[in-house]
Amino acid sequence: MSTEPAVPAPALPSPPSVSLARRLLRNPVAAASAGVLLAMALIGLLAPLLGTIDPTAINPATRNRPPGYERTIRAEDGSTTTFRHRMGTDSLGRDVYSRVLYGARISLVIAVTVAALALAVGLLLGLIAGYIRPLDGPIMRLMDGLMAIPGILLAIAVVSLFRAGLPAVIAAIVVPEIPRVVRLVRSIVLSVREEPYVEAAIMAGTRLPHLMARHILPNTVAPLIVQGTFIAASAILVEAVLSFLGIGIPPEIPSWGNIMAEGRNLFRVYPHTILYPGIFLGLTVLAVNMLGDGLRDTLDPKMAGR
Amino acid sequence: MLGYVLRRLIAAIPVLAIVAVLVFLMLRLTPGDPAAVIAGDNASSEQIAQVRHQLGLDQPLPAQFAIWIGNLARGDLGESFFFKKSIGELILGRVEPTLSLAAATMLIAVCVAIPLGVVAAYRHGSWLDRIVMGVSVLGFSVPVFVIGYGMIYVFSITLGWFPVQGYQPLSGGLGGYLHRLVLPSLTLSVVYIALIARMTRASVLEVLNEDYIRTARAKGQVERKILFRHALKNAAVPIVTIVGIGIALLIGGVVVTESVFAIPGLGRLTVDAVLARDYPTIQALILLFSGIYVLINLLIDLTYGLFDPRIRQ
Repeated sequence: MSTEPAVPAPALPSPPSVSLARRLLRNPVAAASAGVLLAMALIGLLAPLLGTIDPTAINPATRNRPPGYERTIRAEDGSTTTFRHRMGTDSLGRDVYSRVLYGARISLVIAVTVAALALAVGLLLGLIAGYIRPLDGPIMRLMDGLMAIPGILLAIAVVSLFRAGLPAVIAAIVVPEIPRVVRLVRSIVLSVREEPYVEAAIMAGTRLPHLMARHILPNTVAPLIVQGTFIAASAILVEAVLSFLGIGIPPEIPSWGNIMAEGRNLFRVYPHTILYPGIFLGLTVLAVNMLGDGLRDTLDPKMAGR
Repeated sequence: MLGYVLRRLIAAIPVLAIVAVLVFLMLRLTPGDPAAVIAGDNASSEQIAQVRHQLGLDQPLPAQFAIWIGNLARGDLGESFFFKKSIGELILGRVEPTLSLAAATMLIAVCVAIPLGVVAAYRHGSWLDRIVMGVSVLGFSVPVFVIGYGMIYVFSITLGWFPVQGYQPLSGGLGGYLHRLVLPSLTLSVVYIALIARMTRASVLEVLNEDYIRTARAKGQVERKILFRHALKNAAVPIVTIVGIGIALLIGGVVVTESVFAIPGLGRLTVDAVLARDYPTIQALILLFSGIYVLINLLIDLTYGLFDPRIRQ
């Protein structure tokens, strides 16, 4: 049950981030993944310029249309334009293409927010547990308890406590991710504080905040970056699962999970409402995971090829 | 060995106790009056007062916890406010489908993943290794329900080999039971295969550099026996551990898979309970799943002794 995350070797004097990026991009898989993520971020950012219409606009006249269906829109002055539903429409007549593109925004924002929150809370608790001995026991027992509840169930439990909304869903995805971060940080702190340079710093009378910032935190950066990418990947998946189960963010918000949840009832006849968001989501999570693997190999060459 | 078993058993108790406290506090930390929440949106104030008294919510928190634990110890999981049934009964009626799904998934995953992982490690760096690794990352990256709908689309709708949805109890005949179990368990096994194959590959890879492997080769041992007898056995502990850790993933997957395939199991019950805000049932299910998770991992820890005699000391 207790699998302490492998304690990474304390990082070398942290290399300038420029050289890290360069070394990372030398790995073709990591470079391609970074490219895919950049493209997704641009798609999300530039969604209004990419030929989309309002992703929440309901149109009863054009429900469940196949991909490529063309609709004529009559403007107030009588002129007509043709709008092509590249990915068809859903059962409320909303344009799936627009929803998928805007969905990139929601899903990426959730990924980044969840990773940042989980890392921040986990880092804080891990530093406390690793450095303030009397609090180590209580914090770690609490983490053991949280880890004993299967992640999705814990997320479901957290969601069920609050009324549905973006903050509740983010909290629900963050909570199950925290224990692993705490364990990782704590194990690094415990190994680093035995290092001669930390002992020397303590001898020299370095104050705790300075000791933390100068000697302990830098060692956590590399492993946390790696952990953060995996958390981001899992956050996108868990959001999709929660939305699919009908307990995610409010259904009118176009996240990839919500688009697929909406399409599940008519899946047999109109698979496109699951297919397109599924491809976008799968591609994004795959890229995040591959980037995480690449980062890990670059930052910790001992793990390369594992 | 007995000392080891006892020590492991004792170590599991505090974890379960903490889970119990967390699950207990879950309802008490809800914003608002838990009695009102439990009684439902349409309850009258008398009903709410009755619920409050029934659950002992008018007593101090530690006393409430004692009552709750006491009831659990007597096997009384309480009453579902949505299904209007005792939760114990409710859960018992849902065990078979979930157990079948989980067991079939586990069987498929272990039988597929371990050979794949061993071969990938043996052919380290080859195209086969790259494919196995690539596909396993892909397995982690697609939500279970997308895999499920993909399977339904290909094997049920297009090829017509399997029913689209549904479950048939074992008592209805073995053929129909298995026929309906294939797609859900294949779906659920994908993530699990990815997880186990990766770990198998990593730990066999490590072992293959050991001196005793070279010795086995030097004395002319057949490659197949080197791999499966010498290497796999020594690599077993991390693999068995990940099978146990993966149970968490499996339980999460059960919840989703049962929804995709309309299987009336514990996972479906969990979702229904959450949608109905049936807190006593949610609590009981989380406690049950976590207990199973902890106990299986305890059992797995105990098997380490079989693989590594040093642990028995």
